[in-house]
Amino acid sequence: MNIIVCCKQVLDPEAPPASFKIDPAGSKVVPPSNVPPVVSPFDENAVEAALKIKDKQGGKITVLSLGNNLTRDVVKKPLSMGADELILLEDAAFEDGDSWSTAYALAMAIKKIGEYDLIFCGRQAADWDSGQVGSGIAEILGIPTVTLAKKVDIVDGKAKVERVIADGYQVIEVSLPALITVSNELGEPRYATLKGIMAAAKKQPTVWKPADIGVEAAQIGAAGRKSKLLKLFQPVREGKCELVAADSPAEAGTKLAEKLRETKLI
Amino acid sequence: MADPKGIMVFGETIDGNLSSITTEILGCGRKLADDLKEELYCVLIGSQLGEAPKKAIAYGADKVYTVDDPLFKEYQTDAYVLAMDKLAKDASPRILLFGQTSIGRDLAPRLAFKLGTSLSMDCLELNINAATKLLEQTKPVYGGNARAIFTSETIPQMATIRQKAMSPLAPDESRKGEVIPFKADVDPSQIRTKLVETVKEQIAGIKLEDASIIISGGRGIGGPDGFKQLEELAKILKAAVGASRPPCDNKWIPDTAQVGLTGKIVTPELYIAVGISGASQHLAGCSGSKNIVAINKDPEANIFKEARFGVVGDWKQVLPAFTQKVKELISG
Repeated sequence: MNIIVCCKQVLDPEAPPASFKIDPAGSKVVPPSNVPPVVSPFDENAVEAALKIKDKQGGKITVLSLGNNLTRDVVKKPLSMGADELILLEDAAFEDGDSWSTAYALAMAIKKIGEYDLIFCGRQAADWDSGQVGSGIAEILGIPTVTLAKKVDIVDGKAKVERVIADGYQVIEVSLPALITVSNELGEPRYATLKGIMAAAKKQPTVWKPADIGVEAAQIGAAGRKSKLLKLFQPVREGKCELVAADSPAEAGTKLAEKLRETKLI
Repeated sequence: MADPKGIMVFGETIDGNLSSITTEILGCGRKLADDLKEELYCVLIGSQLGEAPKKAIAYGADKVYTVDDPLFKEYQTDAYVLAMDKLAKDASPRILLFGQTSIGRDLAPRLAFKLGTSLSMDCLELNINAATKLLEQTKPVYGGNARAIFTSETIPQMATIRQKAMSPLAPDESRKGEVIPFKADVDPSQIRTKLVETVKEQIAGIKLEDASIIISGGRGIGGPDGFKQLEELAKILKAAVGASRPPCDNKWIPDTAQVGLTGKIVTPELYIAVGISGASQHLAGCSGSKNIVAINKDPEANIFKEARFGVVGDWKQVLPAFTQKVKELISG
């Protein structure tokens, strides 16, 4: 079983909201200086989905990350969790893409890798929350997709996927090769083991430039976008919370109930 | 392909009725169509569509394209993508809209790549720029920390719309419109997935989407037992119980209870957040609530920025007294 997992390096979504800043031009987020980037959380769920399959029937997991000046300790995390190989699409030309230019570059890299049975992506990246790259890669490669997976098993040469819906889940069978996007309902990704971290430290990622995957600079990154960002801004929060003052937590609870009654909320 | 014209809404039906999100998108689509002085189309794909096409006209559509065929009884990616691809090419709408639902999330991106056009998912606002006549698409990004406005010159301009972000028109049964059956020409051999079964996991009690009061618990609840206390309060208030992501990830409560960017979007009259810090991705699901009340021991917790009333304190000590008083007030 050859499995490819696409992982994106993002600003840490768990960083304190107060540290979130946008540049004056309203075009970019200013990375907080004291919070290191992370692998996008849903992509870690995707790595976990791949590892669960590898645990059961073996196989090779290749991780693909795209960006520029990627932080090695961050992009290597899937290796320390148990993935086998890391390929970086790393070049200034890959920067500031949208779903189109990103999916295109990743699909071309996957074509170059050649052999694959399953491709996993996170359901959406923690920065732009687009939720399109997985479906885009699958359309470009001409393979079926199942999105929003919470469980993936291989049964009789097919993938059996539990797909999250609003009031439960669907069980879907799909022929391979297929692309599956993974949701957090799959469960917490495993921790890196010490052995894994040491093995990852020794591995050197393969770095591919645009020419290595046969793409033109005009098709990728900012140049390959189909959508234009007009403005990026922070919604204004009212911040007019009335705190209930009391001598004890229990009294506060009682007063809160009275307050809600007075304002006819209950 | 003819000159692109008109606004097309992909509608969803439940047992022969329009889903509520569909009426919301039709309301939004009607406004965009009027701004552009063009027509509003609704697409309904399924089996036994019943009264839904008529309802779509009552809610604002000028034309309703229907694909009514047992092959489309259940949503399957390949079948729906192929049908919509053919229809989008035949009818060539200028704008194509979907709901941010289990179906829209899956169908819209795959279709956008097939049509060679761009898409914004989970939009909160859509406007026509007066000068360029292009669609401006506002959506939350960075887990709700920021909003972005996108535009695109590729046609059709596509967007999915968040549930409850738009308002439906009052239905007018006397509105006139045209229902146009459409032949999708999809062969079953083109469908590469098989839907084995659908498993409903609805939590007991009132549905989150329908509740006018919601009691939600977060990481601070600490375990499944804490949720029993929330349920007790919920029973008294006839409220639904929800959660932020950590309790779901830790299996303290089923995943279907998750409120947030990737869970349910709720807009109750009253949302009581207990032990919830207020991560942006959670607020994305509940900030449309009319009134938020927060109980949290951390005075700096982000949830207080959204709340109308708050108590700074350990919920384990606050909640029993609160529940007791609520019980008295309600029964009295």
